[in-house]
Amino acid sequence: MKMQQQWQGFRGRLWKEEVNLRDFIQNNYTPYDGDEGFLAGPTEATVRLWDALQELQRQERAQGGVLDMETEVVSTLTAYGPGYLREDLKDLEQVVGLQTDKPLKRAFMPFGGIKMAEQSCQTYGYTPDPKLHQIFTEYHRTHNQAVFDAYTPEMKRARHNKIITGLPDTYGRGRIVGDYRRVALYGVDLLIGEKEKDLANCGCGAMYDDIIRQRDELAMQLDALRDMKRMAAAYGYDIGAPAANAKEAVQWLYFGYLAAIKTQNGAAMSVGRISTFLDIYLQRDLERGALTEAEAQELIDHLTMKFRMVKFARIPSYNQLFSGDPVWATLEVGGLGQDGRHMVTRTDFRFLHTLENMGPSPEPNLTVLYSERLPEAFRRYTAHISIATSSIQYENDDVMRPVWGDDYSICCCVSATQTGKEMQFFGARANLAKCLLYAINGGVDEKSGQQVGPEYRPITAEYLDYDEVMAKYDRMLDWLAGLYVNVLNLIQYMHDKYYYEAAEMALIDTDVRRTFATGIAGFSHVVDSLAAIKYAKVRVIRNAGGLAVDYETEGDFPRYGNDDDRADEIAVWLLQTFMTKLRKFHTYRNSEPTTSILTITSNVVYGKATGALPDGRRAGEPLSPGANPSYGAEQNGLLASLNSVAKLPYTWALDGISNTQTVNPGALGHDHEARVANLVRILDGYFAQGAHHLNVNVFGVEKLMDAMEHPEKEEYANFTIRVSGYAVKFIDLTREQQMDVIRRTCHGRL
Amino acid sequence: MAVTGRIHSVESFGASDGPGVRFLIFLQGCALRCQYCHNADTWRTCGGTERTADELLAQALRYRPYWGTEGGITVSGGEPLLQLPFLTDLFRKAKAAGVHTALDTAGQPFTREEPFFSRFCALMEATDLVLLDIKHIDPDAHRALTGRGNENILDLARCLDELGKPVWVRHVLVPGRTDDEGALRRLRACLDTLGNVERVEVLPYHTLGAFKWRALGLDYPLEGVQPPTPERVENARRLLGAV
Repeated sequence: MKMQQQWQGFRGRLWKEEVNLRDFIQNNYTPYDGDEGFLAGPTEATVRLWDALQELQRQERAQGGVLDMETEVVSTLTAYGPGYLREDLKDLEQVVGLQTDKPLKRAFMPFGGIKMAEQSCQTYGYTPDPKLHQIFTEYHRTHNQAVFDAYTPEMKRARHNKIITGLPDTYGRGRIVGDYRRVALYGVDLLIGEKEKDLANCGCGAMYDDIIRQRDELAMQLDALRDMKRMAAAYGYDIGAPAANAKEAVQWLYFGYLAAIKTQNGAAMSVGRISTFLDIYLQRDLERGALTEAEAQELIDHLTMKFRMVKFARIPSYNQLFSGDPVWATLEVGGLGQDGRHMVTRTDFRFLHTLENMGPSPEPNLTVLYSERLPEAFRRYTAHISIATSSIQYENDDVMRPVWGDDYSICCCVSATQTGKEMQFFGARANLAKCLLYAINGGVDEKSGQQVGPEYRPITAEYLDYDEVMAKYDRMLDWLAGLYVNVLNLIQYMHDKYYYEAAEMALIDTDVRRTFATGIAGFSHVVDSLAAIKYAKVRVIRNAGGLAVDYETEGDFPRYGNDDDRADEIAVWLLQTFMTKLRKFHTYRNSEPTTSILTITSNVVYGKATGALPDGRRAGEPLSPGANPSYGAEQNGLLASLNSVAKLPYTWALDGISNTQTVNPGALGHDHEARVANLVRILDGYFAQGAHHLNVNVFGVEKLMDAMEHPEKEEYANFTIRVSGYAVKFIDLTREQQMDVIRRTCHGRL
Repeated sequence: MAVTGRIHSVESFGASDGPGVRFLIFLQGCALRCQYCHNADTWRTCGGTERTADELLAQALRYRPYWGTEGGITVSGGEPLLQLPFLTDLFRKAKAAGVHTALDTAGQPFTREEPFFSRFCALMEATDLVLLDIKHIDPDAHRALTGRGNENILDLARCLDELGKPVWVRHVLVPGRTDDEGALRRLRACLDTLGNVERVEVLPYHTLGAFKWRALGLDYPLEGVQPPTPERVENARRLLGAV
């Protein structure tokens, strides 16, 4: 590539010869060891824009959660002219660009499924143009239609009975993080040139399926890049050339992200690891005297405000799974480089500081890539932000860096992905608790009575025998793993075919690594149930038809969440066993299978569909979220619970192990200073043991109850809490989910 | 045969009982009957689970990654000084493992008589910090509040000063019982004569332990007493020179 004048002052060689963001960052970033003293408050422009946005958010809430919806225009990169937060304030916006023509207006996106696009409109009282219905049924297939046409009866039964749940067959699979930084560093013209070279070099002329598909996808990517330029031109910017300064770098990067959210309503639309990258531009302008700290913060505040505005039209069943309108605009700060230097910059502080300048917020999903080796001042600042806002999450850089390198992003709640080099086939989760019940009932669903799994011999003894249960569970897990992988293979094929993420893939290497992300639900309940069968006596209660529907457990048994190896060993066994079974099956496009222990808020819906379990959980009660121990199981306090979760080996759950804990401020320490110090100790100790993830909430249960009863109070408008995998405004959760959050252990022994 | 302790319970995460993050061990048994006691279920000297110091220490050490340089273990109760041989065994082993040890006591069993006193001095050799709960400065009021006088408890405070043992004094603030300004001033005057008090903590009374009284079939003596207002707590902190 030719030297660009916009690169003046940047060091390094490799990144100038090839698209290589990591090399650019490593050669140019400035680690920052100091504290938050340098940070600037919000500018007047920020205050006025944020007030305007909050007013729109109030209107949105008053209208039942949706401010406006598109009913006529299909969303594409160039479907709309420019849009602004408020017309009379547009000169104040340092960063521009909306998904549609108006703020918070939800786009019409039919390619994932016309039925869902229509249903989401109708749910909020909007009627889509009938012409759109005709186009996307008569003239054009959609992802959803194709998947359902191809499903086998067995797949439909498993889906209907919710042993495999949350499948991305009615929504976009998401979880693909375009390397939006590329737009800023190289400009779109250079990126087009590189993709054109890839197309020229794709295949030797023999047209096999994979070559044809690759060429087709590259052509779509090139179209998307050209449209990206047109999209930006509507706002008066030429993103063909590299960004020349910090303001342009922020704007160019945002245009890249905007291209993604205009064309895909994936379950997770993450921003990626951008803080250290942007800091290089901010630092260069600060050193040139072209920018003040207040202006630097303003750029980050305005970019963050845009991430707070991302909206998608979604159907009620989606909202039940993923409550509170999340988009997982996940954005990372912190982390270490392979050379041992930490990657904390002033801009990592600036992103966290947005939560002070504009108050708590669930989006962007701010994620600290944590290590004991991060500077003390930064760790203390993150703890301070957690205590003040409960809005951020932590992930262990020391376990992820060896696997994913030092330029990975988090592509949903907790899942790492190499930025610009990798994509993920996201695939919901298998309900392993229900699978245990299938093992006992010979494949018959305990709720519907249908034969869903294979018709193996059921257990008929009055008391459950551990060895017999384990043998049957093992076989039933074999069946589930195979079916699950194949359902996902089918879905991912159709998604590639009918709802390809051209804009995101255009910003990822052509020779892309693919992971195949499965997931586990009901984890703690299986562990505790097996422990109950092993260490106590479990009597089966059967209905008139002989179906086991309830259990009576006599005697004590160890439970996951108490740092008791007897239970925790079962937990490790369960993870390794299921992962091993998944690996036996062919995965689409030779992707690498991974798994997660992560349920998001879907633990409530999954729980509803799951019968009583031997661990004492009643039929229909919510499952424990993610890798959290079960409600009421933790008897030895917070650290015992953390130690149990920390035993789960990350290398067996490379898609992530989500843990959410709430600590009463009084239990965390006498005063703010002590709380900060103690929270840093908790994080250090947990992650030093190889744990993967922690959501930290700091508030008392009284606050939750009051917020549930009085959602109208001003103080609760932005009251944010961490749930499994993301942050959410508490008042936006369904009442059922609010109750679930309240019921979970609040560590608060005084 | 290893001496065992009667353990009421343990808690892996304590952030309010000594410096830093701490593993808390609650021993069974106490002779005081404080009206505001929030652990009334630890009174009986029988009951609890018998465990050895080695077992407990092994469990505590699982939490060492969280302690940093300032955390450690705190033994509370009940009244730990009722189980001196066990406690000394535990603290000696903890010290041998390099663990910071804190003793949370109300001092009721303290006496300079033998054999208690030598045993106590031996314990102190393995104790880094004493959290001394002074319930009330006036002997009569102390007796009314707890069932026992406080002469030997104040003597313990002097004894710890003589030994040069770092002490954090703690005072639970109960409206109408322990928040009299004159008494707080007299307590302050007493503390000012000591050279080893590193810190004074005012702990606002709370009602979270009341249910335990009812569960034990006891009448809760402070029925209807509300926790102190933040202003009263602040006032007490000022009077006592507390943090």
